[in-house]
Order: sequence, then structure tokens, then C-alpha cells
Amino acid sequence: MLKKITVTVNETPHHLEVEPRLLLVHMIRELLNLTGTHIGCDTTSCGACTILLNGKSVKSCTILAVQANGKSITTIEGLAPEGGPLTPLQEGFKENHGLHCGFCTPGMILRATELLARNNNPTEEEIRWGISGNLCRCTGYNNIVKAILYASAKMRGEALPSTEPEFV
Amino acid sequence: MTQCKTSKEIGGMGHSLKRKEDARFIQGKGHYVDDIKLPGMLYMDIVRSPYAYAKIKSINIEEAMKVPGVITVVTGKDLEKYKLHWMPTLMSDTQMVLPTDTVMYQAQEVCAVIATSKYAARDGREAVKVEYEPMKPVMDPFKSLDPAAPVLRTDKPGKKDNHIWHWQAGDKEKTAQVFANADVVIKQQMHIPRIHVVSIETCGCVADYDKVNHHLTMYMTTQAPHAIRTVIALVAGHVGLSEERIRVVSPDIGGGFGGKVPVYPGYVIAIAVSFLVGKPVKWIEDRSENLQADSFARDYHITAELAGTKEGKILATRFKVLADHGYTDAAANPSKFPLGLFSICTGSYDYNAAFVEADAVYTNKPPGGVAYRCSFRVTEAVQAIERLTDMFAKKIGKDPAELRMQNFIKKEDFPWHSPTGWIYDSGNYQAGLQKAMDVVGYAALRKEQAEKQARGELMGIGISTFTEIVGAGPSKDFDILGIKMFDSAEIRVHPTGKAIARFGTKSQGQGHETTYAQIIAEELGIPAENIQVEEGDTDTAPYGLGTYASRSTPTAGAAAAVASRKLRDKARKIAAYLLEVSENDLEWETGKFFVKGAPEKSKTIQEIVFAAYTNHPQGMEAGFEATHYYDPPNLTFPSGAYICVVDIDKETGAIHIRRFVAIDDCGNIINPMIVQGQVHGGLTQAVAPAMYEELIYDGEGNILNGTLMDYLVPTAVESPKWETGHTCTPSPHHPIGAKGVGESPTVGGPPAIANAIIDALSPFGITHIDIPITPYKVWKALKEHGAYDK
Repeated sequence: MLKKITVTVNETPHHLEVEPRLLLVHMIRELLNLTGTHIGCDTTSCGACTILLNGKSVKSCTILAVQANGKSITTIEGLAPEGGPLTPLQEGFKENHGLHCGFCTPGMILRATELLARNNNPTEEEIRWGISGNLCRCTGYNNIVKAILYASAKMRGEALPSTEPEFV
Repeated sequence: MTQCKTSKEIGGMGHSLKRKEDARFIQGKGHYVDDIKLPGMLYMDIVRSPYAYAKIKSINIEEAMKVPGVITVVTGKDLEKYKLHWMPTLMSDTQMVLPTDTVMYQAQEVCAVIATSKYAARDGREAVKVEYEPMKPVMDPFKSLDPAAPVLRTDKPGKKDNHIWHWQAGDKEKTAQVFANADVVIKQQMHIPRIHVVSIETCGCVADYDKVNHHLTMYMTTQAPHAIRTVIALVAGHVGLSEERIRVVSPDIGGGFGGKVPVYPGYVIAIAVSFLVGKPVKWIEDRSENLQADSFARDYHITAELAGTKEGKILATRFKVLADHGYTDAAANPSKFPLGLFSICTGSYDYNAAFVEADAVYTNKPPGGVAYRCSFRVTEAVQAIERLTDMFAKKIGKDPAELRMQNFIKKEDFPWHSPTGWIYDSGNYQAGLQKAMDVVGYAALRKEQAEKQARGELMGIGISTFTEIVGAGPSKDFDILGIKMFDSAEIRVHPTGKAIARFGTKSQGQGHETTYAQIIAEELGIPAENIQVEEGDTDTAPYGLGTYASRSTPTAGAAAAVASRKLRDKARKIAAYLLEVSENDLEWETGKFFVKGAPEKSKTIQEIVFAAYTNHPQGMEAGFEATHYYDPPNLTFPSGAYICVVDIDKETGAIHIRRFVAIDDCGNIINPMIVQGQVHGGLTQAVAPAMYEELIYDGEGNILNGTLMDYLVPTAVESPKWETGHTCTPSPHHPIGAKGVGESPTVGGPPAIANAIIDALSPFGITHIDIPITPYKVWKALKEHGAYDK
């Protein structure tokens, strides 16, 4: 039995017929072909599938597409218009080498987007706990934290921290 | 700060250029294998064994075939008809693709369900009924060598035991003599446990066989696309898959760390099914499947011994290794080195007697083992020598930093011949350790520690001064399945002076698109921004052995430099023609040739390249392209000095890493930002095995932590704030003096952490704890050593 749902994804409404068991991440990737949202585990541990649902970051592998009915979704593709300008976080990740393989990056950026929306001046400790539901295997997190601090300074309109590596 | 020869606009070596590849990743435009969707594509899911060792009595696919969307179920017997049910491993062992009668480890592939959608394939998987007759598995590698143990590999005719191979290096008698006469002998049994790389992207593929053109395109998560193409041709040549009709494409890879070097059964099944049905077949494994069945890393049991004088001079070391390879030796080592490069285990120290011997054994665990962000088995070696060195210092009552300084190979003694046969290219170990001690404030920390110890508080300082061995490797010794371990670069400069460069390697996050462009920019003066780097498509890139074991910069990076120099030679000829002077009258300055003594007479590289297409000298080949296959004359030997400071809560055993200073020496640096990023990541993959990660099996062969719910990958909270720096001792034989760095921290990090923890616990007489060192192990050791007795 297919269910009719309406979801707004990156400001575009979509009318879909989906199996009730369809995971939201599969709806996003397979039905809407938005492949920037990734799948890194099967236990809600890694956060690679993180999106914004009505502005709140959720792991889209552990929510059904039907639960998103009537709601608004933002994926990595919807953060900035193609060709820019980038959001402060996207810019922060690039400027501070906050990514290597890029697989966890969309989830990290969306999680951090909510984090900074709630608190635009977090401490390093708050950032580390704030992204602790998102795993990165490449970067060792230091530059992800730096990227988020950079974005928070930019959002507050303050002087940007140095992006030079502290590699003495 | 690194000195740069080129301007920021050119962006050659030494510039912290922002990465070219980032634009797509931060905007959701990366292109990973699971993002590929082809018309008519089928989906594959795999039924896996719940038992570690069992006979398959029957596979009933009746119900599965009734599931809407299920096309077929493929078993070992089906593959047997095409002789595709077995495949070779990279170590020339053999491995089932799908079993015909017996399963040898838990989570082994049993059969594959092919369906029109991901969900239908999973439904079909659930509906397959397999009847097993479980047998008692052999899980302990020591017991596996017992003559009474059941022989596991009954598929090998005449096999009478579970022994795989024996390997040794060094001088046994000489070493024994030194040990017999030494003042001090340290001996420690250690286990470097089985762990998993857990790249955030799992493994998978889309196999697309075109029956009309007899052509296979294989999109897959591989670190070595060219080698894989040859392996496919070797495994499936008999059914008509000929190498010129195979294209392997490695798209963006979501982390590799060695786990994407081997050929897993899933890939082969997908190819077989696509070949049979003529449609594209996608297989993407779950995380749990990845963790439970794909190649593990490590799992070495080591008896490590050190002989020294009571004054603190190291005289000899001896290592005996038992390698648990699980069901088959599916490691990814160079053919002549089944123990990898473990024989680097004599470390950074100056002595001339060592002996290493190793035996490998089959058990009913998943096959492997790959490296985990480390050059072939070097982490195991470094853990052993660095733990021994600390134990030695402790035993004779000498500061571990002072003891290391006393024993280091001196910088003037390079090239240095190690007692196990390596020729270290260059190093300056004293400078590295001194810098690390200065940055961390070593003397003050020791003072603080003494005060804390007097108050009964637990604080430890741990050092690791390691030598890596990377850049495999010279063709006289290094091959995988007979293919020599060179690597390649092909540079094509277009008429307008912009270039595309292709390589036999494959980045999985290392930033090749940026660093290779910087090497070419350095050599030719073409801005890095105007150099497009491409890897991973065997139809377009030159042949190479791929990216692992920190080999890309030492091999393909060198090839980029040499190919660039070939182009510069051609540029000189064209410039001489254009300027109407002799070649000898020209001098090169980044980006242009000018006439000696008349610098106003010059031709830029862009003008020269344009002439190569529009006005080239008669008799000269037109165009501006060069290819180089680089066969390294030696390996490179990066090094590092790491110092870790820990505070331990005596009551709970909780360990807090307060400081971690890492000083790396990877020779000349191409991009400091990327090198530092690699060090950060490698260090977190050092704290992981040192404190959190281990694949644990029970006696029946069940994995006890086969999901990310209980296999503890460090988050941003567990990962310390790393303090990084470098010294620079260029490699004398590498064209740009670089050495490779991506794995040094993973190699050097764990013993620094282990040494710090043991240092904190040493007042209670604790001398060793196997990694991962958890709060429970700390608490238990403290309890056993009377720390809680009052």
C-alpha cells in the first residue's frame, strides 16, 4: 500500500507515493536523486545522513519518509545556491581543511548549521559535544571544530580567525 | 614556516593551498559509488552465515523467489558452473566467492539475492532459508597450531595443519649471542588486537556488463583500480572477460585506510551476475556487514625482547610473531613480504643485532588482514619496539627521552643499514625529539609528575620516536601478484597552457587533486589552479598500483616531478628555437626560460607550450605531453617524535589525554595544511586502537561488537586537541625530497599513548597493558597491583 505524502525539500514541494516503510534517507537519495546525503551505517551512529527537518538536524536513516509528510527538509544541496555564495559553514570547512574524503561532510555541515542557529557563539567544548553524533574517520575533528568556530565568527560579523595551519 | 620557491599565484610546493576538491564535497556534489544509478540497474543483497564454521546442508530459495521484484538467487553451486566460486587473494592464497558446502567464518557470504530494488533484495534475503550443521570453530591462533587441532583448509589437497607461512629476517645466531651475554634482557608478550578501518563509506560497486560489446565497466570502491582490472582479467578471463574490455572506475572514495585494497566476494558476485544477466548490478554493503566480514587489520601476537647494557645502550632485539589471518591470508602485502614491513621493528636506534621470525595461521575468523592507515604492518612493529624501549628505560632507571637520545642513529650515519636489511635514506631523530620536548615543556612536566606522584595522583608522560618505511616500492623487491610496485603520471598541457594530469594512484581523501597539481606547478611554473588532476579511471589514467601504505607521494608524486622535468627539457628546446639561441644559453626560472645575461629575452612556459602546437621546430614531435613510470630506487623513511601526557583517575581508571605533541619529519612538504590535516586524522586513528577499538569474538566465533553501536570509533569528544609540528630531513633519493606522511601518526601514536598510561601506573609496578587500554583494564591492573589496598 503506497502512501501519498507532500514534503518540501530545499524549498521545492514534492508529491510522492511511498511505501510506509521507506526510510527518509532513501526517499531523498533514490526518489529525489539528492545524493549529497550519505549513508555510513545501519545503527544511527555515524550521522552521515543528517539533514534538517523543519530546521532541526535529524539522522534521516532512522525516520520514515511518511513521518516527513507536510514538513520541510533541507539537504546539503539546499544550503546555498549552485555556484554560491557558500554558507559560512561551507566556507569554513573549505578554508580550514575541515574535510578529507568528504563523505561525512554534508552531515557535519547540517548538524553544525543547527548548532549555530541555536547558539552562534559556542565554545570549543560545546562544538565537540554538539557534533559527537557525527563520525569522521579522516580529519581527527580538530579542523572541523576550527571550521565551525570560523563560521560562528563570520555569522557574528567578527574578525575571522586565522586559517593558517598551526604546524610549527 | 616552509620556504616556497614559487609565488602564491603559481602555488607550488610549500603553499597551504586550499583544496581544489572541496568545492564539490561541501555542496553535496561528490560522486561516490552509491550515487551511481544506471538504467535497468538491479540490486544485490547478500545472505551471510550466522555460524563461524558449519556445513551447509541446504539453501532453500523457494520463498525468496516469490518475493515481488526478486529476479534470482545466486549460490556457490551456480558460480561453480562457471568456475567463479573461488578467487585468489592478493597474497596468492585462495578464498571462496560463495561456498558450495562449508562456511568458514561468521558473516561469510552464503548466497546473493538479485532484485529490482534495494528493498526487494533485502526482503528476498530475509526469505532465503539456509540449513546449517554447525561445527566447533578454531578461534585461538595458538591452539590452531596444536597438532590435534582440526585442519580448517580441507579445500587444499594434502594440507595437514593450519600453518600458512613462516618468514624471518636478521641474524638469529648473532642475536642469540648478544642476548646470552647482555646485562639486561626485557621480554614482553603483547597482542596488537584485531581492528577495523571503518571508513565512513562502506564498500560497494556497480558492475555493468554489456553483452553486445562484451565490455565490463566496474564502478567500485577501490584504492587500486588498475591492479583490480588485472585481477578481474585473471580471475574471469576464462569466461571471456578480457583486460582490454574491462574498465574499472573508482569514483570519489569515502575513506579507504587499506580496507578498500582487497577484492571482496561481493564485487565478484556482482560481476558474475551482471555478466550472466547483462544488466548493471549494484551492491552496497551495510556498515555491519563491512565491520563483520571485510578485511580486519593487525591481530599479531608478539613476543618482543630487548637486550641492553645497564648503562642504557640497546644491543639487540628479537621478535617472534604469530599472525592470525582468519580463514585465508587475504592481506594486502607485497608478495615477498608476507609479514609486511614489520622488520622495521629495530626502530630509530643504533645497534646491529636483530632477529624477527613469524608464523601465520588459519582460524575461523574473517580473512585479512589489511593495514589500518599504516604502511604494511609497521604499526605492529613500532608498538613493539617503542614499548620495549620504555620498559628498558624503566628497568634501568633512566629517563626514556635520555635513553632514546643515547641510542638514536646519528644524522651523519645515514644512509644507515638496519640489522634486518633496510637502508634508511635519511633522518635527524635527535632534532625531532628535542623539538617535541621543547614544545611540550618536558622538564617542567617531569617535575609536575613527581609532585603529583608524591600526592598519590596518576600522571604519565609517554614518548614514541618512530621510523616509518613507506613508498613501496623498488621493483627488485616489491610486487603484488607479480606486478611491480611502480607508479605513474601522465601530463598533457593544452595549447593555452592549462594542463590535465592523470595518475595510477587514487585519492580517498588525501587531497591528490591539490598536491599533485602543486608538484607540477613547482616544476613547470603553470599555476596549480590551471592543472586538473584525474585518477581512478583505468581507461584514461596510466597504470599504477594505487594509493595505500603512504606510497602516493613517494611514487606517483615522484612520477609527476620526473614527467614535468621531461616537459621542461622539451620546453628548453622550443625556447631555444623561439629565441634563436643555443639551449645551453638558456636558464630556467619558475615559469620561463631566459637568455643568460639577457633576462629581458625570455619565453614563458605558456608561450612555449602554445608554440609546441602552433610553431614547433621542424623535426620535433608536436604537442606537449609526457608520461613517467617511476620505479623508486629505495623506500622512504619518515620519522616522528611524539609525546603524550595523560592524567588518570585512580578510582575509576578513566584516562584523560591532556597534551599530545606530534613532531613529524616527512621530508620536503608539498602542502603544510594538508600534511597537518593528515597528521590530525592519523592521530585520531592512533588514539582509536590505543584506547577504544578491538573486534572481539567469543569461543563460538560470534563477533561481540559487530556494529557501530559497540565498536567504538572516536567522536570529536574522545579525540584530543592535537599539537603538531615538523622537522625537515629531505629524502636524498626522491626527486622532490618528499617522504609520505598520511600514516606516520597512526604508526607512532599508539605507543606514545600506551607509554604515557604505563608511565602513570608505574609507581605500582605495572609494566605493560595490551592496547586498547580501557579504564577497566587500568582499574583491574591497579587492583591487581594493590593500589586499592589500605
